[in-house]
Amino acid sequence: MRLPIKVSLSSLQEGRWYEYLVRFGLGGAATVFTGLISSRYGASIGGLFLALPAIFCASATLIEKHELRRKRKAGLEGRRRGREAAALDAAGASLGALGMLAFAAVFWLLVERSVAGAFIGASLAWLTVAVAAWFVRRQVRIIRLAQRDSGPAMSRGR
Amino acid sequence: MSEYVIRFLVGGAVVSAFSMLGDVLKPKSFAGLFGAAPSVALATLGIAIHQHGAVYAGAQSLSMMVGANALVVYSILVCQLLMRAGMRALPATIVSIVVWLGAAFGLWAIAGGQA
Repeated sequence: MRLPIKVSLSSLQEGRWYEYLVRFGLGGAATVFTGLISSRYGASIGGLFLALPAIFCASATLIEKHELRRKRKAGLEGRRRGREAAALDAAGASLGALGMLAFAAVFWLLVERSVAGAFIGASLAWLTVAVAAWFVRRQVRIIRLAQRDSGPAMSRGR
Repeated sequence: MSEYVIRFLVGGAVVSAFSMLGDVLKPKSFAGLFGAAPSVALATLGIAIHQHGAVYAGAQSLSMMVGANALVVYSILVCQLLMRAGMRALPATIVSIVVWLGAAFGLWAIAGGQA
């Protein structure tokens, strides 16, 4: 079976320098904000904000913008395609959030025994759960499409 | 003051690294996994351990589980607002933050306020 995941370095050229700056700024601001909340209201409330989707707003907006730009270059309106691209990113993020849940659980279990072990174990748990969830979702979609079309399973390039 | 400068720089760098990783990966739904990467958590928990110790960071990660559940709700809602309500990405993601806050604090309260 062919691996459906690809790396495309050319995608980096689509971004403008200020877009990377905005993401850096938002990431820094979210980290500072979480620190301030923890200092003011304690670790328990502060911990909630470790999963704050502050960065996601910027990422989804940029994805939509890049898709619009690409379609407009081709002479198309591109609004629907932009929305679809951002929605696919959001669908992936919901699976990534399951990975984040696994990250937090493993970190909590290990941190008092070994700090390095907690970071390594939690990161591996995030990657494993997120990627496994993505593959399961993909398989379910392929089976559903095959059943609907009553034909051979088709792999959508999305 | 310098603590917050360090937080800003470390957080910005980790978030940017994960975002760029998401940019180069295809398909888009797979790249989306990196939109929910624990980038802020990696930066924050490292600093928390350095400043307050492992027990403090453990308490933060326990609450983070609640926040991650709220993030699942948030991402699904954003997806629905984009596809069914036809909203643009910026308003959809900003409006949904209210739901994330409600879900996070609601679940946190159900868990006894200690998470």
